[in-house]
Amino acid sequence: MTKLALSDEILMSIDKPARYIGHEVNMAVKDLKDIDVRFAMCFPDVYEIGMSHLGIQILYHMFNGMDGVYCERVYSPWTDLDKIMREQHIPLFTLETQTPVKDMDFLGITIQYEMCYTNILQILDLSGITMTAAHRAEDEPIVIGGGPCTYNPEPIAEFFDIFYIGEGETVYKDLINAYRHNKANGGSRRDFLMAAANIPGLYVPQLYEASYNNDGTLKSFTPTVEGVPTTVKKEIVMDISNTVYPERPIVPYIRATQDRVVLEIQRGCIRGCRFCQAGMIYRPVRERDVEFLKDMAVKMLKSTGHEEITLSSLSSSDYSKLDELLNFLIDEFKGKGVNISLPSLRVDAFSLDVMSKVQDVKKSSLTFAPEAGSQRMRNVINKGLTEEDILNGCALAFKGGWNKVKLYFMLGLPTETEEDMKALAELSELVAEKYYEIPKSERNGKVQVTASSSFFIPKPFTPFQWAAMCTKDEFQRRAYVVNDRMKEMLNRKSLKYNYHDPDTSIIEGLLARGDRKVSSVIKRVYEAGGIYDAWGEYFNYDRWLAALEAEGLDLDFYTTRERSTDELFPWDFIDTGVTKNFLKREWQRAHEEQITPNCRMECQGCGAAVFKGGVCFEDKN
Amino acid sequence: MAQQYLKEVSALKIRIKFSKTGAVRFIGHLDVMRYFQKLNRRAGIDVKYSTGFSPHQIMSFAAPLGVGLESHGEYVDIEVNSTMSSSESIKALNNASIEGIQVTSYVELPEGTANAMSSVAAADYIVRVKEQYKPTVIADNAMLKKRFEEFLSQSSIVVTKASKKSEREVDLRPLIYKASVNENGEIFMQLCTGSAENLKPELVLETFFRYVGDKMSQFALDICRLEVYGLYTSKDENGNVISEKLIPLEQFGKEIL
Repeated sequence: MTKLALSDEILMSIDKPARYIGHEVNMAVKDLKDIDVRFAMCFPDVYEIGMSHLGIQILYHMFNGMDGVYCERVYSPWTDLDKIMREQHIPLFTLETQTPVKDMDFLGITIQYEMCYTNILQILDLSGITMTAAHRAEDEPIVIGGGPCTYNPEPIAEFFDIFYIGEGETVYKDLINAYRHNKANGGSRRDFLMAAANIPGLYVPQLYEASYNNDGTLKSFTPTVEGVPTTVKKEIVMDISNTVYPERPIVPYIRATQDRVVLEIQRGCIRGCRFCQAGMIYRPVRERDVEFLKDMAVKMLKSTGHEEITLSSLSSSDYSKLDELLNFLIDEFKGKGVNISLPSLRVDAFSLDVMSKVQDVKKSSLTFAPEAGSQRMRNVINKGLTEEDILNGCALAFKGGWNKVKLYFMLGLPTETEEDMKALAELSELVAEKYYEIPKSERNGKVQVTASSSFFIPKPFTPFQWAAMCTKDEFQRRAYVVNDRMKEMLNRKSLKYNYHDPDTSIIEGLLARGDRKVSSVIKRVYEAGGIYDAWGEYFNYDRWLAALEAEGLDLDFYTTRERSTDELFPWDFIDTGVTKNFLKREWQRAHEEQITPNCRMECQGCGAAVFKGGVCFEDKN
Repeated sequence: MAQQYLKEVSALKIRIKFSKTGAVRFIGHLDVMRYFQKLNRRAGIDVKYSTGFSPHQIMSFAAPLGVGLESHGEYVDIEVNSTMSSSESIKALNNASIEGIQVTSYVELPEGTANAMSSVAAADYIVRVKEQYKPTVIADNAMLKKRFEEFLSQSSIVVTKASKKSEREVDLRPLIYKASVNENGEIFMQLCTGSAENLKPELVLETFFRYVGDKMSQFALDICRLEVYGLYTSKDENGNVISEKLIPLEQFGKEIL
């Protein structure tokens, strides 16, 4: 048994010591004698969140399948341990061998949401790694970032040696080989970074330079060295059924957020909702072979002992073999103590039938994501779901015994009017009315309709990347409009309305479309004590405002400003396959309230066909 | 193939004994329960599930072990539909388990045996006071032995036990069934355990520290539970109790061949 990095005294004084001891079922164990490359894989949030992330489990499995490479995990110490580590100068360590992160060759950080940026600095700081990449010493780990936020890496560019743009399954092997080659030749850190910059999908920020116009917008973004590419094209795995998948995922001792087998059935989405970043950056849609999925489901349930399996994808109903897969899972596992949890499926006769087989109808609720209240607004955002779809789905479900409905909306969308806001309440009311159309004798008590709204945050590489975001006060006002309208509804006692915190949304907006100048703000917030900004109880809006002011940056420039279509964006050097022209066209169509057909109905020529596969070539084999 | 050894029965009660050592001593009791649910599935144990929409495994743990303590004598009762032999089941469970949790026995319980939780009557512990936390007045192991024996020779050891709601006076002495100190300074104790009266080794040591005029740190002890006992009652034909004795919980069951 490896000696633990933390003393018994510390482990007995903190909450959930199991977060820090490693040694879970299916943890990779390797003999360090055979290892020449050590990779620390980090999710910069608390263990239970990080352990729930599929991407890390995939990469962990992939790295540990490579000869000579040992991949170990690191998560953010919770605030109780964070304090102790600072006081007692304990360096951050990996879970597997309890080795200081600073002794690793690489520190890979997955960046899933903007509000974890201060935790990235916490990780670097506690590890004793120099914060600014360009100042790092020869023997410090190479810090590499990946995940959806790297589609605009600029606000955190200063802190990373490399960003991996795209899906991790493809070029890590080349990177590891380049590292070995460089080491064998006695090359420097800089030599290695130059080599990395020439591997497809890899971006080395310190080899590029940004210049700005007088109004603060980006003027140019260019490599500073000869031989470094001007654009970085995302990496993507095309044969998604012949690739690495974690047959033996790690099973935490403590309950993780995802305490179940996660089966990724497809990557990408055909729908093209105009606010959705995932729907654009993961194009084209690629389905996993249904036989591969059946095989994986059996193996993963066996190797973990989990009592639940869930399907993962952006829009499960679009998976072409969904019936076959669900029927297999029900036949194979129903009655064997395995619970099948269904991600939000389109509500129709088929899904209701499946749901009634695997869930307790009395307890479960139906979920719809209309995203907007009015049809006009849904046309603007290109959300295909109609009022008729929702009401018909509800009618079917109510007859089947369901009486709880959740509706998810966004507020503050481009072109949103007072009517559009009120429509959130009105649609909720229509759902409730649908319930009371059923004869009283067939009803299952009262109906409960819960409407939740988040605030719209424009994201890079979406048709709404040019859009203005609302101010904090405006967000608040719109939520009040909805709330007031809810109270005027006939069935108001059956309606419940929740809305997100506007403060966090504003800062997320700043970070999502920020440029290199924003890194100094993040650093300042961290130095003022900011960590765990994704956690409401630790987020401090005033700390962010103070940091912006101290750095002389204007929040509105990043958030509420509508961009012109000729503006050069900080993320424009990245090529996702989807062209800027397509996004502009969609931005235009949004203003015309025009729906755009999905990928299976009619190709829109978004550009993703350049990857030569997936949905773009489905009928052309 | 283990399949051929399967013994078909309607429902069978199984008692599993296991050890919990090393880093997993920091896993709490509820998480050990979750661990066993998943372990049983990985090992292919044919566990019986409750019926209904959220079926769960039927399980009962003997005296929950505190976080930070090691043990060689933990018990969990499960129900199965069918079972492999004891030795095969132990092998299957250990192949699917981690180093720190190892199954040491797997026995069938006769019909009508009380479950692990309600059977517990006593437990053995071995306690070591870490060097840096030893009472200042105790110079060496010989002195520890002498003072501890002196402490035990009192006819009563009354302490105030505080629970969340109330405080009450308890005499520890009758709850200490056996106790001795060896030449390495390790303290062996057999203590009353269970739902009616429950004495933790920490409380005995804390009281001993006070007895020698010192205050015990919460980090002072290394504790390992060695065994958990139930009360075995033999009765005559008329149902009169002939004798009662403590036997390890595993001895209530029999090996499956």
